[in-house]
Amino acid sequence: MTTPHPIASIVGVLIVALSLSAFLIWVERRLLALWQDRYGPNRVGPFGLLQVLADMIKIFTKEDWIPPFADKPVFVIAPAIIMVTVLMSFAVIPVAPGIVVSDLNIGLLFFLGMSSLGVYSIVLAGWASGNKYSLLGGLRAAAQMISYEVFMGLSLMGVVLLSGTFNLAGIVEAQRGLWYVIPQFLGFVLFLIAGVAEARRLPFDLPEAEAELVAGFHSEYSGMKFGMFFVGEYLGITLISSMIAVLFLGGWMGPWLPPVVWFLIKVFAFLCFFILLRASLPRLRFDQLMSLGWKVMFPLALANLLVTGAVVLVKK
Amino acid sequence: MLSVIRTIWNVFLHSFHRRVTIQYPDEKPYLTPRTRGRIVLSRDPDGGERCVACYLCAAVCPVDCIALQATEDENGRRYPEFFRINFSRCIFCGLCEDACPTYAIQLTPDFEMSEYNRQNLVYEKEDLLIDGPGKYPGYNFWRVSGVQIEGKDKGEAENEAPPTDVYRLMP
Repeated sequence: MTTPHPIASIVGVLIVALSLSAFLIWVERRLLALWQDRYGPNRVGPFGLLQVLADMIKIFTKEDWIPPFADKPVFVIAPAIIMVTVLMSFAVIPVAPGIVVSDLNIGLLFFLGMSSLGVYSIVLAGWASGNKYSLLGGLRAAAQMISYEVFMGLSLMGVVLLSGTFNLAGIVEAQRGLWYVIPQFLGFVLFLIAGVAEARRLPFDLPEAEAELVAGFHSEYSGMKFGMFFVGEYLGITLISSMIAVLFLGGWMGPWLPPVVWFLIKVFAFLCFFILLRASLPRLRFDQLMSLGWKVMFPLALANLLVTGAVVLVKK
Repeated sequence: MLSVIRTIWNVFLHSFHRRVTIQYPDEKPYLTPRTRGRIVLSRDPDGGERCVACYLCAAVCPVDCIALQATEDENGRRYPEFFRINFSRCIFCGLCEDACPTYAIQLTPDFEMSEYNRQNLVYEKEDLLIDGPGKYPGYNFWRVSGVQIEGKDKGEAENEAPPTDVYRLMP
């Protein structure tokens, strides 16, 4: 298969990722409505599909207000960081054989690094807003990210041990016989939970926690800066879903349909699952979140790594 | 842990439930005949106004949205000279309907009264009067009341005995 030009790959990935995450706003509202026995936005255009466009027009015409008590440069740069880091992570995701922006041999590490950098956006936004609720949201984000980052990385090490590579395309190729969701089921569950926390989605959306912290780190944001946090969040969900598909569900593997379609189906299934989680689970308390992360998930990830390592060693 | 999974599953099952939303402008909700909506003034079966301008509705109205002025025609029938309901104040409680001694004022199953101009919500008598008798088709107040009007003397109403002559002792 011929590899597309890198620029074409970049443009394609950008367009697909951004439009998918915009479209996700509509999907989420319709699905939440479905699970609450409502209709959701169904007025603008066919099935309400143009609701996204209407929201965009609205958010672009909103006043872009920077509070006088905010730390202006940091306040402005914070929403850009999350967009940049998440979009950078998309560069290493192999959509189909050959269709990848950058076929890094340390793709997995690059993804982990970028998702760790993303937390700066939240913390800086919370700090620069000059608002105690924002600051609380930022602090929670920092604590949550650090504690969930640890076992997120560890849960993936089982996959790395089995496939013997950090290259994401290589990991997908290694799943030709059996998807890693079966031998690495514990790792899959751990990564799924860590991914929800990493994407700051319910039930782990403590940095936002609109019920207790107004809107957490983005209380003071308005206009397109708020929109960037919003799109960044949806991009984050898409990214985590893509990573789950790549690492545990064999990426583009699948019978009959073309590889890209298989990849999109898997990603979309996990996107729906993320929304289902939001529809069904209440938010955790902060101490519950931390004790779950450190006392349950972390030892489980270590045990998973240990057992996988032992099995790999024995097989050799 | 199990309860979390069960919760997720139960929420997922809602995908197959019927949606409870009634998509209002396209799909009208069923309104029962006794729905308390727009207020009307009804007429007798023979076409006369039922309202006798007794002021009970205006007195009972908790938000004072009814204003009227009583007057009398040449036949001795009382009727309102003007009858005004300010629907921007009306809370559709139905107390006026309860208070009305002649079934003249009635609430109807209609609530679509939106206006761009607030003043348009003040309904005058000609806006309120309907042609029919509303919920009480056979009822004619002036035919069953003992009040004397032109063409109907005392004791001539339906089911009414002639008045007793108080100056006679005969039983």
